Amino acid sequence: MTNETALERAMLVGKHTGVTPLSRRKFLGFAGAASGLVLMAASCKKDDDMNAEGVNLGSGDVGILNYAYALEQLEAAFYIQVLTTPYTGITVAESTHLKDIRDHEIAHREFFKNALGGNAIAGLEVNFSAINFGSRDSVLGTAKAFEDLGVSAYNGAGALIKSSDYLVLAGKIVSVEARHAALIRDLISNGSFANNEVIDSNGLEMSRTPAQVLAIAGAYVKTKINASNLPTS
Amino acid sequence: MNLHNVFGELEKADPEIYDRLDTRRHALRSFARMGSKVVLAAVPMALGSMFKKAYGGTNDTVVEILNYALTLEYLEAEFYQTAVSRFAVIGVPAGAAQAAITTISNHETAHVAFLKSAITSSGGTPVAKPTFDFSGGNGTMAGPFATVFTNYNMFLAVAQTFEDTGVRAYKGRAAELVGGGALLTAALNIHSVEARHASHIRQMRKANNFADVKPWITLKNSGGAPQAPYDGEEVTTQAGIQITNINGKAISAEAASEAFDEGLTKAQVLAIIDPFIV
Repeated sequence: MTNETALERAMLVGKHTGVTPLSRRKFLGFAGAASGLVLMAASCKKDDDMNAEGVNLGSGDVGILNYAYALEQLEAAFYIQVLTTPYTGITVAESTHLKDIRDHEIAHREFFKNALGGNAIAGLEVNFSAINFGSRDSVLGTAKAFEDLGVSAYNGAGALIKSSDYLVLAGKIVSVEARHAALIRDLISNGSFANNEVIDSNGLEMSRTPAQVLAIAGAYVKTKINASNLPTS
Repeated sequence: MNLHNVFGELEKADPEIYDRLDTRRHALRSFARMGSKVVLAAVPMALGSMFKKAYGGTNDTVVEILNYALTLEYLEAEFYQTAVSRFAVIGVPAGAAQAAITTISNHETAHVAFLKSAITSSGGTPVAKPTFDFSGGNGTMAGPFATVFTNYNMFLAVAQTFEDTGVRAYKGRAAELVGGGALLTAALNIHSVEARHASHIRQMRKANNFADVKPWITLKNSGGAPQAPYDGEEVTTQAGIQITNINGKAISAEAASEAFDEGLTKAQVLAIIDPFIV
């Protein structure tokens, strides 16, 4: 990989840990590496108060919906910036596709905001300082990482959802994220839409737990995210 | 798809729900200022129990869904295996196009093996592979897609039909798998792969000027492929929430429809694939 971003490197680390729960040591390592992210271990629950500096995703299906809302906020903010400051040499076709993706992510973000109503977390403050928005390689590399991460996040969250209606809604969104991921990958390298970085020998895509996802995404979010009340099974 | 807005339902069950939540949140803020340790409102936790459909969990349910998925994967696997053996006759260009179809073929073949194994380990018996007629002629081999293995354009149109139908088919059974643990996760892990395939096949159709389609489904536009697999995709409301121009954002109806893929019922899917089965 010639244009590996910090996020992609972080994801490779995550990938090699597999889908088994992270050991506490690795978990703390992730949390430490992901600046701005607070993932409290169960033993820290006594400190689980409302933090004026951060957000608490909450518990149950509301927690999972807030988790999805957080990821959609991140994606939407990224694509809004991409379209605001297009990279050098962007083609009309690329611009059209990226605008579509931006609108899809905004639609997802606003959907979750409305569905959650008074339970919605606040708007997150993002940190895109590691991204060079003038560079096609940097932008598409980050887009690829975000889209692959998003698909694995929804895939991993499905089994944590208790409401069949919300499970179906997550299913309606994840396939669109997968369509995005495939396109972005093909823009970077045609034919890489579903290669063995993301699909295993059984033809299955990977899943990630919320802890794994937030450890990776946290590098791009300034707001502290407390995911300690999310369901784990 | 009959989706409910959970909060709307909550409100029906408890007309004062918002007042309760607001009051509680106000109280929480007050407590937080005073530095008290408080636990987040427990109200949302009621959602799960309120709307959780009893997951059958019986092996009959699981095996039936797995065999349904297996039937679709048999269809896709044989379709692409046939194509790989006939690249020159179909006119699939060497290089990226043949490589992509080979990648997809390998995934579909792997899905068949995976599902057969999953069915067996669930105590079921995998259904036998049907005999297929990819012309869509129910065995006459002279259906509307008779040129599927001699015409690249037709081949990609049928491929798009199968991929997008596959995505919708998995989604349509998701509600029955809520609480399904590893089985649900496996189904999701196949589902997103089918969506990646669909995205690429659509890009191939566009790149060859065979159809004006995007990687995602716009309204119910089939791009010249059969219409039934796209009916119902045009919705712009999710869980009672209007997505077009939501919250004052400039979201077109096209983008609103693209942003969410819709499910198909088992009956709809079986009607779509019936012409392809002898």
